Amino acid sequence: MNITHMPFKAMLTLSWRNLWRNHRRTLIMLAAISVGVWAMIFMTALMRGMVDDMLHQGIRNLPGHIQIHHPDFRDDPSVVNSIASPGGELLRALNDPGTRQWTGRVRVPAIISSERESRGINLLGVEPRAESLITGIGEQIIEGRFLDTVDDRGIVIGAKLAQRLETRLGKRVVIMSQDPENNIADRGFRIVGIYKAKLPGLEEINVYAARGTLQKLLKLDDRISEIVIIDEDFRDVETLYQKIKAAMPDTLEIKAWYELDTYLNSMLNMMDGFVLVWIIIIFLALSFGLVNTLAMAVFERTREIGLIQALGMRPGMIVYQILLESLLLLLIGLSLGNVLALVTIIPLESGMDVSAVAEGMAMMGASSVLYPNLTLDDMIIANVVVILLGTLTAIFPAWRAAKLDPVQAINTT
Amino acid sequence: MSNVALRLAWRNLWRYKRRTWLTVGAMVFSNSLLVFSISLQFGSYDMMINNTLQAFSGHIQVQHEGYLDDPKMRYALDDVGAIAAQLRNELELQNISARVAGFALASSLDRSYGLQILGVEPTFEPLVSTIPGLVKQGRYLQKDSDEEIVIGSVLARNLKVGLGDEITFLGSGFDDSFAAGVVRVVGIFETGLPDLDRSMAQISLSYFQDAFAMQKRGHSIAIRANHIDETYQLQQRIKTLLANQQGLVVLDWEALQPGLKQAIQADMTSAWFMYIVLIVLVAFSVLNTQLMSVLERTREFGTMMALGLNPGNLSRLVMTETLMMSCLGLVLGVFIGFLITWYLSIAGFSYPGMEEMAVKFNLPDRMYPSITFLSLMLGPGIVAIGSLLAAIYPALRLYMLLPIEAMRAA
Repeated sequence: MNITHMPFKAMLTLSWRNLWRNHRRTLIMLAAISVGVWAMIFMTALMRGMVDDMLHQGIRNLPGHIQIHHPDFRDDPSVVNSIASPGGELLRALNDPGTRQWTGRVRVPAIISSERESRGINLLGVEPRAESLITGIGEQIIEGRFLDTVDDRGIVIGAKLAQRLETRLGKRVVIMSQDPENNIADRGFRIVGIYKAKLPGLEEINVYAARGTLQKLLKLDDRISEIVIIDEDFRDVETLYQKIKAAMPDTLEIKAWYELDTYLNSMLNMMDGFVLVWIIIIFLALSFGLVNTLAMAVFERTREIGLIQALGMRPGMIVYQILLESLLLLLIGLSLGNVLALVTIIPLESGMDVSAVAEGMAMMGASSVLYPNLTLDDMIIANVVVILLGTLTAIFPAWRAAKLDPVQAINTT
Repeated sequence: MSNVALRLAWRNLWRYKRRTWLTVGAMVFSNSLLVFSISLQFGSYDMMINNTLQAFSGHIQVQHEGYLDDPKMRYALDDVGAIAAQLRNELELQNISARVAGFALASSLDRSYGLQILGVEPTFEPLVSTIPGLVKQGRYLQKDSDEEIVIGSVLARNLKVGLGDEITFLGSGFDDSFAAGVVRVVGIFETGLPDLDRSMAQISLSYFQDAFAMQKRGHSIAIRANHIDETYQLQQRIKTLLANQQGLVVLDWEALQPGLKQAIQADMTSAWFMYIVLIVLVAFSVLNTQLMSVLERTREFGTMMALGLNPGNLSRLVMTETLMMSCLGLVLGVFIGFLITWYLSIAGFSYPGMEEMAVKFNLPDRMYPSITFLSLMLGPGIVAIGSLLAAIYPALRLYMLLPIEAMRAA
């Protein structure tokens, strides 16, 4: 056999056998790599799951991926800053099949009073069917029903608010707000439904009434406070945003969710940074052991390497062989780590109960059940980082081995 | 342990310089990372707790039973001012302020908003909460019973009022009577926390009590401890002082702000998961190195046993080597970690997206890690213990060594 150009298969066999010469060392290193890779993927999936949940909750609360308001509404959410119902070009753009769902709402601050208590609330005048499709409020009803039509005369409040007001289904409450002339507008409503939200804070704040009924009460005619639009994927709303913007009169303000809630947006961006930093930190902690293992393997074989060099193997081939050895080690470790990650994450995908810290999670904007989110992208990043940087780290001991002087190497004991 | 044994262990360590340094390097890397990360965590938790509690809630509150879960007007304490005065007197602590809260519709000329109005003691409130100090326009409330109001900046903007303007408020009083009043805006505060700036309005305690027919009643007494560590002790003293009063509870900040404590717990848990992974990886590194070094020396150990050393001596030798390596990793790691952290505790530290996080958790835009003995030693200490644990297996293997066979080993 010509040792200067060994076939790949022979090289592979050689590397494989070398790897198992000191099986204890290899096994320990494999355990370290698998634990490292498992931790990379597992932690990333958990964090992704949490951030995704925060985003979903957050976008539901806003709600909508894109919103249109009077330019002053966000700073001064008063009934004065209302807009006309969409018409003409805007209406056509909204009804275009490219838009998944949209609705117009009236949103005003108001006071709700039962016989015993009063509270400040966020009063929403909604078109029941579209609202339910966008926020899922219809499915959150635990007692009674959601509003039926746009002129429904009932009101739907949160369970927590009902408790605070010491009221219940079927009772009457009084809503007090102001009309555009700053006259007090008030009216009695019967509670027709009670809902339960995932984030308890919302139950106390959001109260739903039918849009038409509120428009009459607040003397708004058919004016509304906001238009909310959802797209297929909240990560990619740019196209729709541009389309609606082009169709909309300049006097209105259009905002995408990431402009409306900068906290959510910064969490999403930070997450990508976090994934990379975490993967690299784990890798660095691993790299010391990796270099150590390979350096020891080279050191033990000093004599042997000298001998094959004397027999004509080129330094390049020695580097190649040691890199192949490290690649095999990394690949086995990676496979074990990936399998371990899958095995631990999949049973958790139905939800991990973290209700012990529910209020803390609520403070961060997440709910009390954590759903790990294993994405292919994150797995690929983890694997690619380990292989690339791992091979890079292996170059150092490999290069040292290739640099050995054959005569001296053969004479070492 | 004799001097000779120590010297032997030290020399053994440097037989393979590179291997020892790589193992120590893994420790130093993890240790400095842990020092930085734990110091940053402690620093931000402290800041989060202090900023949140000092903004408004205080460390301890005395309330009527049930008020915390269900803040209803009728869950009121009788003569709240007198209880506060009694506490100030007996605890010799001035940072105690009585409060009363009610719900009202506030109207200016152009706008009306429903909001929670607080009645506070103008003299003592500034000692408990940071809000009075954050009045950016005008001044804070001065005398009790003046018809004055201090409101948040966003609320002022939404109501379209400025200093000197009047606000009318309407609500229902304690006895379900109609409560109303006209107050003049004397101050506008800006805390930077959107929730407070949008929804808080303060008037004086006695004016509130008159307007809402509360007589001498109030809803809470907020107490700010000089230091957070004194909370428990202070809470116990207050409980004893108020033991004869029926129907009131003394709540500490963990009960007042459960979200705060739990957010910290959730963050702690995920942080410790990461730390433990790092520590386990270091332990693997140590296990590998020590196992190799034991296996290489089979022949040598065999000779030493033939010369009269017992396995116990040898395994102690291996443990001593590990201990030395861990100490080296600990000292260097703590030192480097300290330098990095110390620099950042002066220069401050920020990352993209932090500003938005900061607002959510009552933190400033730059973080300053806090270096304490605990934050320096906790992580590295656990790494050292983990390393020693990892060396147990190689050390125990020595008990299986048979001198004759060992000496024959290649």
